[in-house]
Amino acid sequence: MADKKIGTFICTGCEIGSSVDVAALQKLATSEKAAHCATHACLCSAEGVATVKQAIADQQLTTVVLAACSPRAMQEVFQFPGSELVRANLREGVAWTQVAGEEDTQHLAEDYLRMGMEQARRTGLPAPYLEGEFEKRILVVGGGVAGLTAALEAARAGYDVTLLEKSAELGGFARRLHRSVPSKAPYRESEATGIDELVAQVKDQKRIELRLEAEVEKIEGGPCKFEVTLKDGKALKAGAIILAAGFTPYDAGKLGHLGHGRLKDVVTSVELEALAREGKLVRPSDGKPVESVLFVQCAGSRDKDHLPYCSSICCQTSLKQAAYLRAQNPKAQAYVLYKDMRTPGQAEELYREAQRQGTVFIRGELKELAQPNGKISASVHDLLLAEDVTLEDLDLVVLAVGQRPATLMEGENVEPLQGDAVQKPAILKLNYRQGPELPNLRYGYPDSHFICFPYETRRTGIFAAGTVRRAMGMAEAKRDAQGAALKAIQAVEMISRGEAVHPRAGDQTYPEFFMQRCTQCKRCTEECPFGAINEDAKANPLPNPTRCRRCGVCMGACPERIISFKNYSVDMIGSMIKAIHVPDEFEEKPRILGFVCENDAYPVLDRLAQAKEKLSPFVRFVPLRCMGSMNLVWVADALSKGIDGLLFFGCHHGDDYQCHFIKGSELCATRLSKVQETLDRLVLESARVRFEQISMNDVEKVPAIISEFMETLEGLGPNPYKGF
Amino acid sequence: MATEKKKILVVGGGIAGMTAALEAAEVGREVILCERRPYLGGRVAQLYRYFPKLCPPACGLEINYKRIKANPRLQVLTLTEVVSVSGSEGAFKVTLRSSPRYVNEKCTCCGKCAEACALEVPDLFNYGMSTVKAAHLPHANAFPARYVLEPELVAKRELAEKVKAACEPGAIDLEESGKSFELEVGAIVWATGWDPYDPTGVQYYGFGKHPDVITNVMMERLAALDGPTGGKILRRSDGAAPQHVVFVQCAGSRDEHHLAHCSGVCCLASLKQATYVREQLPESKVTICYIDIRTPDRLEDFYLKVQQDPAVAFVKSKIADISAKGDKLLLHGEDTLAGKRVQLEADLVVLATGIVPCRPDESLKVDENGFLTRDQVAGYGVAGCAVAPVEVSSTVQDGTAAALRAIQSLAR
Repeated sequence: MADKKIGTFICTGCEIGSSVDVAALQKLATSEKAAHCATHACLCSAEGVATVKQAIADQQLTTVVLAACSPRAMQEVFQFPGSELVRANLREGVAWTQVAGEEDTQHLAEDYLRMGMEQARRTGLPAPYLEGEFEKRILVVGGGVAGLTAALEAARAGYDVTLLEKSAELGGFARRLHRSVPSKAPYRESEATGIDELVAQVKDQKRIELRLEAEVEKIEGGPCKFEVTLKDGKALKAGAIILAAGFTPYDAGKLGHLGHGRLKDVVTSVELEALAREGKLVRPSDGKPVESVLFVQCAGSRDKDHLPYCSSICCQTSLKQAAYLRAQNPKAQAYVLYKDMRTPGQAEELYREAQRQGTVFIRGELKELAQPNGKISASVHDLLLAEDVTLEDLDLVVLAVGQRPATLMEGENVEPLQGDAVQKPAILKLNYRQGPELPNLRYGYPDSHFICFPYETRRTGIFAAGTVRRAMGMAEAKRDAQGAALKAIQAVEMISRGEAVHPRAGDQTYPEFFMQRCTQCKRCTEECPFGAINEDAKANPLPNPTRCRRCGVCMGACPERIISFKNYSVDMIGSMIKAIHVPDEFEEKPRILGFVCENDAYPVLDRLAQAKEKLSPFVRFVPLRCMGSMNLVWVADALSKGIDGLLFFGCHHGDDYQCHFIKGSELCATRLSKVQETLDRLVLESARVRFEQISMNDVEKVPAIISEFMETLEGLGPNPYKGF
Repeated sequence: MATEKKKILVVGGGIAGMTAALEAAEVGREVILCERRPYLGGRVAQLYRYFPKLCPPACGLEINYKRIKANPRLQVLTLTEVVSVSGSEGAFKVTLRSSPRYVNEKCTCCGKCAEACALEVPDLFNYGMSTVKAAHLPHANAFPARYVLEPELVAKRELAEKVKAACEPGAIDLEESGKSFELEVGAIVWATGWDPYDPTGVQYYGFGKHPDVITNVMMERLAALDGPTGGKILRRSDGAAPQHVVFVQCAGSRDEHHLAHCSGVCCLASLKQATYVREQLPESKVTICYIDIRTPDRLEDFYLKVQQDPAVAFVKSKIADISAKGDKLLLHGEDTLAGKRVQLEADLVVLATGIVPCRPDESLKVDENGFLTRDQVAGYGVAGCAVAPVEVSSTVQDGTAAALRAIQSLAR
């Protein structure tokens, strides 16, 4: 720190100059040991930026404090490579939310400047993690349509690929299909599956190393450093992994109530494909050609006793199969018994075509099947006519069965694992402290929880693609595989540059552990939402920086405060808290510290500022990378200084959590629930610490929460620790 | 040109294009993202919440904006459209045209220009349901965070000069004119998005005639805090809170006279909007009139969740007529389930209208429904709702896949 040289630049534009005493702030910066301090009427102008650059060069500044707008504003303008940059928010934080010229306004600005100066003293330049070799090979697990496509597309983009298939043959489920549903205009007719061509292309690709009858024994390491051991003992290195393990059709053995297993001429949609592939649709019972078929939709799907969800593709599959029948015999009759016909997008054309060709659609339920003398009769409840009808002389009943992801192990609960429950090793067999597989969402799908980021997985550099991620058809699985291939390529590129991947894309810091002081408490290893930290036999943390997403949950979890980033640490935030001036209790000016999530709550504060909403001048906000990086020592730091209350604005948690670091917000709330017990013991009211879940839509809620909290604190009176 | 130097042009800054651009730029490619509006985010920026999580789209957009700000390889051009393309894969020459924003990079978002602006114009971000100052931030969370002047204001010189005089950093340039320029790129991703179907042509719905017949995209703005009513779901006729809201599914969709395709998302959008109504107006009732409820894969859970609310009724019926009856709306149709006629009285009717793909350029191939086909010339990629009507998650998936295909183009 000795060689630090801090330059402070105060912007007077955007009403900052007219709302605070800038000269006093300048004096403060100098007394806070700024080596250089200047003001500018518009710091973000080309001229303003040039002034800063000039000062950096002339004065050899290591660190720049910009006392100007919100750190979210003008980020692309304020770029000073090689210098540490700290932003003190005087515009949104002060000028736009406070009454100009007031003493309290000035105090707020001074606190933000002091906090910025303190941050400047503790921050450092990122030094990317570049230790050892960085492997860029992509490992694809699963040789079905999604896996083949992912391998081929990654290879075509210039990357080496190893493709593992557990069976002796490539092609997966597509091999069992006669034809596939339409994927292109005019969307009316089925298409060849193209699986042979796809397999041939994969076999021709020099960059793809094929391993058939191959399964993973274990995977160690992290992205760009995966050490993969196969069951046959062979080993390979990989940079990223695509899990394309596919699905299994829903078990027809469970569909006895729909006649399967009881009547020979009741088959599943998968069994019908086999019949079609043999060239002719014939009755399994007597080999006679099929002339009349009833398709039963949602067989074991959208059913709480079977698969509660919809498998997306079964309606189209039955429409396609009805066309097989027509192709064989134009006079043949198909009936489709359905709950809702689901043919979204252009697939509506396939539905319309089937209607045009005379397929009969019945919205209803199957009640009973009988096969008294050769032909099947089906009793169905027609919901449109509101009566039971009987379909006679059916040759075949086809049960449209859904998809079950390969990641859902037999006998496993469909709900995601909670708490300390540990997954069984199944496919990837990762040596991760937090379980051997990608965490599953409901129904066993290892999908992203985020609508806006479907590839945002909880295991860095490992992506699910195709029907293992979500029930889907072949065309979608191919595109999904392309997307996953891109993400795998991106992961190896970013990580080998020493950068974090999504959502802190490009961040070059990573957590560093001061191991001498570690007490082996295991909190960091347990709480890391991404399984980045393993443990040795003595419970020492073994960090894997390439698995890390840089949220700082480990830093927040550590009671010994031994985990730090170059530009973000417990000590840094703690020192910023200590930099706040707390007036004595007789001044009747409370001080509140607000820790806010920088992605959601902080933009809400900026929006309030943009609307020129007045907020209490007594609150000092500190943005955090993630609320999960909140270390309880900060609460002690603040309260022992006499700060009257602490507000925490984190993302929504629970089933529909919004925290992009999965558990950060929830962990923060959990930690606070523990500190409240401590507060009670210290005879400090637990109401002084308040956690609120805030989303980007809560612009109206935030001022109300702040006012209400101020009232609560007023009722409690000043923090008795003031002045100690 | 060396592969690393070749650029990717992404046309359309909605969620599909933004994703394609960011994903390619984070791999390490040089990318230019052009958008005809003055802000990124497209239709997604106008949504209040996403189904099924009911989380705010602004959250994911914030992450994407942060990714853009942090990425020096990605250049964003707003108010810019493609005029023509020549050349072939690896060496396209693209002519683009930018419209004037009249506000340059000196803008600090201080808002003084809006304060000084005496002219209001219809706010298209709110589908014309409100007006906005003709000098304005495109919307509350706009990125780039920069004001824009509407051409109507610039045409009124005297008013415009007052606005200009109010701008302290001197960011307003009333003389700015549109400009054409050329770019050389190796690959192009077309992610030009969609327009909401205009149901005025479906005369029996009375849209445009009855102010309380609105569309689903308008409903998103009514629920949004920065919308025309500050987030209150109110009737446009009298400002009253509706007691009975009826959603008409497939309004113009799955109908060969209007939109032949199913737009895939409207069922889920109405289920979501039903939750807006029920959350905000606990005394209200909701009826959803549908042909088929289409909630694929695990989104079925969301359908089940909404069904649990006893105040939300589902009627399988194609609505054939909407008329006014006093201050109520009367809907006629057939309840195809019970086999009888349906007559519903509503305070507010929401037409679940579909997705009309935007065709950016006549040279791009489209299918019968106007969607871009995937078999374009080499070097062209397509993504998002211009290709198929899908929800946000699938759009992002498609945008990510398009980034890969563009990178492959550069590698060829």
